[in-house]
Formats: sequence, structure tokens, C-alpha cells
Amino acid sequence: MLADGPSSPTGGASSPLWAAGSGRRGGASGKENVTELLWLAVAGVVVLVGVVLGFVVRGERRLGTPAQRTGYATLHEANLLAPSLRSGLHAAASGKVTAHLQTLLGTPGVLLADLAGVIAADGLDEVHQALLEEPVSRAVATGEPQVLSATDLACDRGATCTIQAAVVVPLVVDGTVVGALVAAGPSAPAGLLRLASEVAQFITTQLELAELDRSRRRAAQAELRFLRAQISPHFIYNAITAIESFVRTDPDRARELLVQFAEFTRYSFRGRDQFVTVAEELRLVDTYLELERARFGDRLAVTLRVAPEVLSVRVPSLILQPLVENAIRHGLEPADRTGHLSIAAHDAGSDALITVEDDGAGADPERVRRVLSGREDGEAVGLHNVDERLRTVFGEEFGLVVETGIAAGTKVTVRIPKFHAAVQAS
Amino acid sequence: MTAPLSVAAVVVITVATAVIGMRGMRVARTQADFLVAARQVPALLNASAISGEYLSAASFLGIAGLAMLEGLGALWYAVGYAAGYLVLLATVAAPLRRFGAYTIPDFAEGRLASPRLRRWATVMVLVICAFYLIPQFNGAGITLQATLGGPYWIGVVVLGVVVTAGIASGGMKGITVVQAFLYWVKVTAIALPAVVLVLAVSHPPLGTVGGPAPATFTHATDVRFPDATRVTVDRAVTVTGTGTVDGRPVRGPLVLRPGGHTVAAGTSLRFPAGTPAPDVSGATRSGSSWASPLLHLGGRPDHPLAATYGILLATVFGAMGLPHILVRFYTNRDGQAARRTTAFVLLLVSTFYLFPAVFAVLGRLEAPALYLSGRTDSVVLALPRLMVGGIGGELLAALVAAGAFAAFLSTSSGLLIAMAGALSHDIMGRGVRAFRASALVLGAAVTAAGLLVASVPINVLVGWAFAVAASSFCPLLLLGIWWPRLTRVGAMWGLALGGGTSSLAVVASLAGLGRSGWPALLLGEPAIWTVPVAFLAMVVGSLLSPRSLPPNLTDLLATMHLPERLRRPRAGMVGQR
Repeated sequence: MLADGPSSPTGGASSPLWAAGSGRRGGASGKENVTELLWLAVAGVVVLVGVVLGFVVRGERRLGTPAQRTGYATLHEANLLAPSLRSGLHAAASGKVTAHLQTLLGTPGVLLADLAGVIAADGLDEVHQALLEEPVSRAVATGEPQVLSATDLACDRGATCTIQAAVVVPLVVDGTVVGALVAAGPSAPAGLLRLASEVAQFITTQLELAELDRSRRRAAQAELRFLRAQISPHFIYNAITAIESFVRTDPDRARELLVQFAEFTRYSFRGRDQFVTVAEELRLVDTYLELERARFGDRLAVTLRVAPEVLSVRVPSLILQPLVENAIRHGLEPADRTGHLSIAAHDAGSDALITVEDDGAGADPERVRRVLSGREDGEAVGLHNVDERLRTVFGEEFGLVVETGIAAGTKVTVRIPKFHAAVQAS
Repeated sequence: MTAPLSVAAVVVITVATAVIGMRGMRVARTQADFLVAARQVPALLNASAISGEYLSAASFLGIAGLAMLEGLGALWYAVGYAAGYLVLLATVAAPLRRFGAYTIPDFAEGRLASPRLRRWATVMVLVICAFYLIPQFNGAGITLQATLGGPYWIGVVVLGVVVTAGIASGGMKGITVVQAFLYWVKVTAIALPAVVLVLAVSHPPLGTVGGPAPATFTHATDVRFPDATRVTVDRAVTVTGTGTVDGRPVRGPLVLRPGGHTVAAGTSLRFPAGTPAPDVSGATRSGSSWASPLLHLGGRPDHPLAATYGILLATVFGAMGLPHILVRFYTNRDGQAARRTTAFVLLLVSTFYLFPAVFAVLGRLEAPALYLSGRTDSVVLALPRLMVGGIGGELLAALVAAGAFAAFLSTSSGLLIAMAGALSHDIMGRGVRAFRASALVLGAAVTAAGLLVASVPINVLVGWAFAVAASSFCPLLLLGIWWPRLTRVGAMWGLALGGGTSSLAVVASLAGLGRSGWPALLLGEPAIWTVPVAFLAMVVGSLLSPRSLPPNLTDLLATMHLPERLRRPRAGMVGQR
């Protein structure tokens, strides 16, 4: 399509410059000649870069035997078609689906319909779309392909019309008809029906994958809701008990704590934002610690060290608080003395490092390993959930790192990429 | 001429930077501290950090030195450096922050859905940073040479070791606070001496600067020639000195006749008061030519207007393409905060650029000896001691040396972090260890390169870094943000053609090609043609490849351009009372 596209604009852009340089110095000396040669060399390099670029970008079209090229062209077209379909059939309207279908099927007229009607059509005017309405609904109702001849598609242009015949193939996803694909052209040989059936099969495979994507997302969201429901009961009980103990002795404090409690639950239960900033997470931790302090009093010493660069990093919501809660419940609460809790957020190149460290009871590393792998449904289920979600969102290498030993305290490290496509797209 | 005070000042700045770097985290122990620590960085602090990272050796030493050498036209560099932020403010700051991209490769990958484009962008990051980083080391060499005496390589190696060790050891934890601190050091170190010199020193009326006379020694001056030098005098000058001139040994008085003379290395000559300073570039610059408002490249009179436009294009469009600057915008809370920060940066950077011009003018009036040594880049360092004698001069000189070292430290660490981040993230594999290894390798490589470029003016080198950035990342950002039809194919064409041609032009210039006329201009100020070429390549490439448009284009554009509050209605936040 643009065989030598890159090289021609380059050559055009650089030669006049060189020509201007040489024109100004007609009777050049030997040194000037060297300069002009160098300019030629620069222009040559520029053209070369352009040609290489063109080859890299487009050149592969000219490679291989005819069979390889045909196979490549078909699969390439199918792969271009696939992404638009992966968001479901309705999304086909916005993409360039029909253009790719025209190339794949080799027919001028292409139409995609779902149960409600036409989604996208190309090369078919209103008249033909109206004529196709009845066969499409027949194909959807029966689940059988339809072959239409010239008499079925007669329009006022008669024999001069390019659309003389069509095949209608139903799209069947998981045993249910969800729509139909129409290929219309000057004739409808048996080969077209076979080809259209295969294309329809390809489309339904993509639609099934789209359905799979959706259910996987639903499962992940359900798990998130499950986690949110899970942090609460134990903590809610403790918090309310703590607040209750202040109701008579210090009503103002009790009221303040109730406000904190209300805000905490609102943050935990809201479902809108999947991602929040580290700053917001820290505020939630602050609210949580306020409630825990009501219970622990002076027995809880907290240090926060945070690099300001990290504050605007976006993380999945409710990543930090479960780690702090875990440190308090399983690290500091069992140890009957003043416990130190240290939360730190560092800047580390393209990642941010967040650590939650306590000097409490610690745990058996083997047990933590079992909890993290989900084999033990112990009390530290929050740890497992945070780990799962981090891996799901950012990838396998971004899981929690836990350093611990019996009576040696615990240090949990979270690594968050500062930029990640999944976060940015949400 | 070892100056203990200056050495002490450089050491103090280095230690202070290291200490702030290691402890620059916010610490909270009580309930009240907690929310303060979790509060986002205020715009002014962030702006100070960006300005600190931006004002490099080119700004601190280079502009004054180049303006003294080539004339006031070189001040267009300062105009461009500051005006670049206006373009950044109007077109890039807020959308880029909303997009959430942390680096330009992130932006390239996120906006155009192409990992291959990401790798190309990474290569460009390394090229631009290298062009920018090497002159910082050059500046460090000159500074330590001017303040301590010793050879050029000492400063280069000292800076290389300090910066590389600081980053590779993970010591730069609170980089924002460090950079903000270094900005204020730099402003103080250039503004205070400038004010003192103008107020406290008697000098010929400034009107003589623009007159027909070349620079003149106001008092008898000893000039030492560290290297063999060819000098030109307009009229006969009687000097006294020791050494070798025109191949003959000299001891005592000597008359330099009009014309060229060769002065051997190690020669020392004393010029009496009132004599015009000889020129080392071949032709003496008259005052009126020096004061002309256009850029005279390498002292040549040809095509000054085109050269000026070349510099303006490079600096105005290059600022947004600097990899270490965009990283800082990520520290802003949202798009609006990014805009506010940029406005502050514009103010802070402009304030700074008021002062180099003072040093350039005073340097021409008071320190023409620098023309002879060919090291006008050290004018900012030399003037205080030259014009204010005694302890006062020593103190000012120490302050300036501290400021200069702050400039190298801040910009070099920012650049090396950006380079190491790009290299480790995309090439060496993620993780802290890869980052540190990258920092070590790059630090060593750049230090070595810094040793090789002893004689090119700092500002010319940095101007080239801007030219390459303006011809590669500027079109990528501007079109990526404002033109929906940009495709990954078009972006690759633009990066390859714009970045490739500008880099080649710079390398050709460094290799000594194109010494006069249009070739010199087009190779020396490549931005004037490579920026249009890059834009054109991106537009044409995109129009020819409409199928490579990213599938979720509408979402991407909405993310960049819709204010945050419209994008996602949120529940009330915890902690807002």
C-alpha cells in the first residue's frame, strides 16, 4: 500500500537542504567539496534510515511463497478482527470490524446483527438492509444458515446492482444464537457459505472468550467484596467494645471514635474505586489506628516513614490496612508489652516499596508460607487476600514478601509499580 | 590558587545533599503527625524540586560563559529554557499527570499500545540523558579546576563517584526534598554575588559594553596560558612575561605586533591597563557586534537569525522532552496540581535566569583574561575573587562554587536516576538490584565520556540535548496528547527520523564537520529542521497506518483530558473533616 512511503518524504526533505548548501557556493574549493560530500553522506544515511524503517514496519508483506503470504494475510486479518470482538458483539459497532470482514470474506457487502437488529453494516444500502431483515431473523430463530438468491434481494437497480446474492450464518455462543453474519455479493457459491460458516465460527470463539473475560472479572470483583466483608467482623466487635468503654468515662472521645468508625466503614464498603492513592490508604490506616489506640492505649507505638514521591502512586484499595491489622492482631496483641509498629513507603526507581514491620510475636515461616499459598485458612486470611489481589493486578512477581520467625517480629514488604497499564486504564 | 573556603563549600554541599537524601523521608510518630506526613507535596516544594533538577551546569555556568564569549545573543538560551515551561504548562502538564504515566516510555506504551515503541523510547531516553549528562561532568571539571587549580579530570571523577555512589547505594530516598534544597542553594549562590558585584564594585559605565571597542583590560593583568594558544591583537601591545612566544623564549618586555602570535603552554604574560584583550578565536569581537541581540554561532557572523530560531525551537520544545523532568510531575496529586506546579516552576526558573546576564556583562568588562584561556565558562566562578578582594571575595567565591556544585549534583542525579530507571526497567530486568547495577554501569560510562569533552562550551552540549529531545519526545507528547489519529507506526517514524537525524547532526558537529555557512548552522542547530521533520514523519506515518490506532482510543483521550472529578465520582474520602 505504501511500498516506498518512508523513503520518499525523507529524501524530499533533505535533498533541497543539501541543494541549497551547494547552490550558494558555486565555485567551491577542495574543502568545500569535502563539505558537500559530507552532506551527501548525511542525506544518504537519512534515506537509509527511512528505507530500513519502511522495511521494518511494512516490508514483511513481500516475504515468503504465495501460500505463506495467503496464510499470513488471512491470519493477520483475523488477528486484527479479534481485539474488537473481545469486548463483546455490541462493541463491533465502534471498531473497524466490517472492513476486516470484507477482506476476509471477499464480498462487498457485510452485515452483523444481534437479536435486537443490525449492529454494523458495510456496502449495503437501506433497501438491502431492509430486504435482509427477514432472512436474518429466520436464521436467528432456526439456527440454520440461509442462502439468498437474486430474487430474494431484487432492488430497483435490477441486474446492475452489485448485490445479487447473500448467505446468512447464525452466530452460536454456548449453544445459544446471539446474532447473525451476512455476506452479500454478486453471487453466492457454495464456497462462500463454507467460508462464511468458518468466519462465523471464529467470531463466536472470540465472543466466548469475551464472556470468559467478563466472568473472570466478575470473580475477581466478588473476591474483592468478599475480602471487604471479611476484614470487618472481628474488628467491628473490638472497635465497638472499645468505644463502649468510653461512653460513660469520656463521652467526647467516644463520639469522636464513632465518627472515625463510620468513616472507616464507609471507605471499606464503597465499591466504586478499585484503585486509590497511597495517601488515601494511609489516611484509612490512620483512622484504623485511632480506633486501635482506643483499645491499646500506650501499648501501641507507631512510626510512619514516607517518601513524598510515593504518595500519589495508585494501589488497589484496601491493600495497606489489612497488613497493619494483621501486624496488630497477630504480632502485637499476643505480646503482652509495648509493641512497635513501623510503616514505611520508599521510592525505588520505577517501583514503590511499602513495608509494615512489627516487633511482636512473629510466626512460624512455614505457617506463613501455607497461609500465602491458600492451603491454610487460618486467622491471617487477610494476608493471603492482599497477596492474591496484588498478583492478579500487577503480575506474579509482585506478591507479598514476608520475613518472620517465632518471637522475632514480622516484616511484610509490598512492591508496587508506579506505572501499570491495568491501573492506568481503570 | 587553592582556595580552602571553596573546597569547604563544595564539601558542605555534598555532605548536606547526602544527609538530606538519606533522611529526606517524612517521619510521623504521633497521631497529629500522621496526616501531615500523608499529605501530598505542596506545589511550591514540588516546583522547587523541578527547578532544582532543571537548572544545570548549563544554566549556572554556561549561559554567562557563552554570553561573554559569543555575545548577548546567547541569552536566548535562557529565554528558551524558561519559555519551555510555558509550552509544558499549556499543553502537557495536566494531561500527562492525569494519564498517570511515570516516564515517557510509559506514556508511549500506554497511549499507543505498543511494547516495541516503548523500547524505542527507552533508547531515546538513554541518548538524550547522555547528551545532557556529559556536559554536567564537563562543568564539574571546569569548576574544580578553577577553584582548586589541579587538572580537569579531578572534578569529573569526583562528581562521577559522588553521584553514582549516592544512587547505587540507594541513598537518594528523599529526592524531592534534595532537589528543592539544591534549587534554593543555586538561586542564592548566583543572586547574592551578582547583587554584591553590581553594587559594590566600581567599573566603567555599562554603556561602553556596546561601543566599538573590543574587551579591554581595566588594570594590569597576569595571564597564564595552560595550553598552547594562538592569539590575535589589533594593535601593538607591550607585555612583560616569561615563557615562549612565536617559538622564541621570552623573559621581560615584549612587543606583540598586530596579527597572530603563538603562545606556548605554560607561558605567563602581563598585560598593562588599557590594552585591548587579544582574541583567541581568530577575529576580535567589537562591542557592538557582541551586544547584538542575535546568536552568533562560534563567533561567526553568518545566519544569526536562523541560529537564534534554531536555539529557540530546541529549548522551547525540548524542555518537555527531558526524561528527568517529567518524572517529577508524577509527585503532583492531580492535573490541576501539575498545572499549578508548572506555573511556579516558570516563576522560579525565570527568577534564576535574571542573573547570568549580569555575570556576562561584568565578565566582559572586568575579566577579559578569560578570553585568552578559552574558559569563559568559568566566568561566574572567577569574577567574585577578581572584583572583590580579600575575605569578602573568598566568601563569595566559595558561595558560587557551592552553587555550581549543587547544579551538577542535582541535575546529574536526576538524569542518572532517569537513565538507570529506563535501563533497568526495560533492558536489565526489574528490581532494586538491576537498578543499582544500571546506575553503576552508566555512571562509569558517563564519567569516562566526560573526560573526553573538555573543550566544548557546556551550553552548546546541553543545547544539543534539548535539540534531540525536541525532535523526538516533543512531537510524541504533543501529538499523543492532542491528536487522536497518532498511531504507533507514525510515532516510530517520528522517533526514528527526528531522533536519528538530530543525533547524527550532533555527532557530526562534535566530529568537526560543517565549519561554516549553512552546513555549520544545520548541523550545529539541528532543531530548526529536525523538529519539523519529526512532526511531519509522525503525521504522515499515522495517516498512512490508520489500522494501527489503539482500540480503546476514546478511553485514553478521556483519561487525559477530563478533569479528575468528572471522570470518577467518588465517595467522600476518609480523613476529610
